[in-house]
Amino acid sequence: MTSVAQAPVETRVATPKRRRRRLRRPRGLAVITWIYVLWSLVPVLLAIRFAFNSGRSRTSSQGWSLRWFWTDPVLSVRHDPTLWSALTHSLILAALCMAIATPLGTALALGLQRWRGRGSGPVNVLMLLPLVTPELVFAVGMFLLFTTAFGFIGLGTPAQVIGHVTFCLSWVVLIVRGRLVTIGRDVEEAAADLGAPPWEVLRRVLLPLLAPAVAAGFLVCFALSIDDFVVAQYLASGADTTTVPMRIYSQARNAPTPALNALATIMLVVTLLALVLAFLAFRFLSRGEKASATLERLATIDAGGPAK
Amino acid sequence: MGSRWIWRALAIPGLVWLALFFVVAFYAIVSVGLGNVTTLYEPVPHWNPLDWNVGYIWAALKSVVPGGDTWDTFLRTVIYVVVAVGLSLAIAYPVAWYAARHAGRWRGLILVLLVLPFWISYLMRMFAWTNLLADGGYATRVLHALSIDSLFQSIGLLDGNDWLGGQHIAVILALVYGYVPYLILPLFVALDRIDQRMIEAARDLGASAAGAFWRVVVPLSKVGTLAGIVLIALPMFGDYYTPDLISGSPKTAMLGNAINGYVQGGPDKSLGAALTLLLSAFLFVFMLYYLRVLRKENAA
Repeated sequence: MTSVAQAPVETRVATPKRRRRRLRRPRGLAVITWIYVLWSLVPVLLAIRFAFNSGRSRTSSQGWSLRWFWTDPVLSVRHDPTLWSALTHSLILAALCMAIATPLGTALALGLQRWRGRGSGPVNVLMLLPLVTPELVFAVGMFLLFTTAFGFIGLGTPAQVIGHVTFCLSWVVLIVRGRLVTIGRDVEEAAADLGAPPWEVLRRVLLPLLAPAVAAGFLVCFALSIDDFVVAQYLASGADTTTVPMRIYSQARNAPTPALNALATIMLVVTLLALVLAFLAFRFLSRGEKASATLERLATIDAGGPAK
Repeated sequence: MGSRWIWRALAIPGLVWLALFFVVAFYAIVSVGLGNVTTLYEPVPHWNPLDWNVGYIWAALKSVVPGGDTWDTFLRTVIYVVVAVGLSLAIAYPVAWYAARHAGRWRGLILVLLVLPFWISYLMRMFAWTNLLADGGYATRVLHALSIDSLFQSIGLLDGNDWLGGQHIAVILALVYGYVPYLILPLFVALDRIDQRMIEAARDLGASAAGAFWRVVVPLSKVGTLAGIVLIALPMFGDYYTPDLISGSPKTAMLGNAINGYVQGGPDKSLGAALTLLLSAFLFVFMLYYLRVLRKENAA
């Protein structure tokens, strides 16, 4: 960049022509972005398409049918016990994880937010550690824990639930604390000044205001648990503790039928339904905030980390 | 006094949970990695630091230096992750830049589409590619029709015709496909925060478009970019399912495959635990950096 090249730029700055130039849309970037979007989503759409094949192929389209979902008496998701139990087990794990991690995380967030001074530093680091630990390290640790010191719990569904709750907990804390910061302390102090004891402040003021964050917490726990592969696999104890991602992993390279596509499709639809439900709950609970802001906040909730 | 106790009481159950199932779990890796085994090779953890036995750590260390059993795998993992992160950045930066600053009325839609992969199971996204890259799959046919497969073969990027048969390039691209959405979002947030007036000021002061980008946008988005890189590099180092699904060959095994093989498959769980400890030590700096970024963002 020489000064000769710079000079004309400076003289152009004030002219209207220059203004237009600056506002012009960058076509190249738009093309890259749309190609990326297609590349990221089309493979999944095709996998869903193959789930509706009437033939056995998972690599090309062969008519349309619900054979692999329901009607095939042996191989469909509904009638193949390994696929059906994977589906129900994934949903049970996710439900238990939501039910435990969300209240536990909300309470932890409230506690940490007010915890000032001694001990607050290490405690906050402890809360964030699960987010920065590679999932394999976490899973190996849990596996060794439940096969040695906590052998009385052992591997299986309880261990899987504990594993999922442990990594969902920090997410709930992050979401709820984010909301606590935007609420501020004014309302709470006003309630206290009017004579409300701490318990009443919590129940009648903070919890209602926190409701959208709690709804988002439920959603994130559900999504993380449904999506998790590594922890569920390490803590599984046999066929009846196999989840959907585990079933995909063990069958993908093993001559699967489109029933596996159907299973993955069902999981995806369930997750998207949960997302829509959470969005509606979020809208309802945070009435008065702008819809687009709601969407963006909900969209960026999961920004923190890959979850398998 | 009374009100303070209510808040601490609320925090206690969650903290006890994390202490029991996160801290003790990590300590279990230490105890097994520094422990011993029974005659049946079942691990015997040594919980007391005074009883620690460094034999397995030593064996694990010897295996990850040049000439050791795991050295090739370790080197391959580092190369895969570096290349995959580089490619991810090359894709994610322009996409995030466009979405954050130029998308205009498409912004909402693009954001939703960029976030959508988060809600699709990672294993399903990988599985989708095994459909497409199989013999006769759509992607295989398109790549063949465009002669990309023969081009890759001639420059040595593809070995034979089978995309799913132990190809480095397939595993690296699968890693990019799997993790790039997680890089785009922090980049989007970082780039979205940059004040347009900063860029305009740089231009008004005579910087070229490239100069303004290099001297204003890049420094202002540095923390978000680095955090995003760490965010995708950490799980990549522990990944074993992507190579398993896309290749399944020992030729493309990563460190995660080695650890997974020891801990879940083989008889040598203690060596697996020791390798996990080494991996954690290797990633410690990255974890610390990410922790610091998270703490700053949540310091309220």
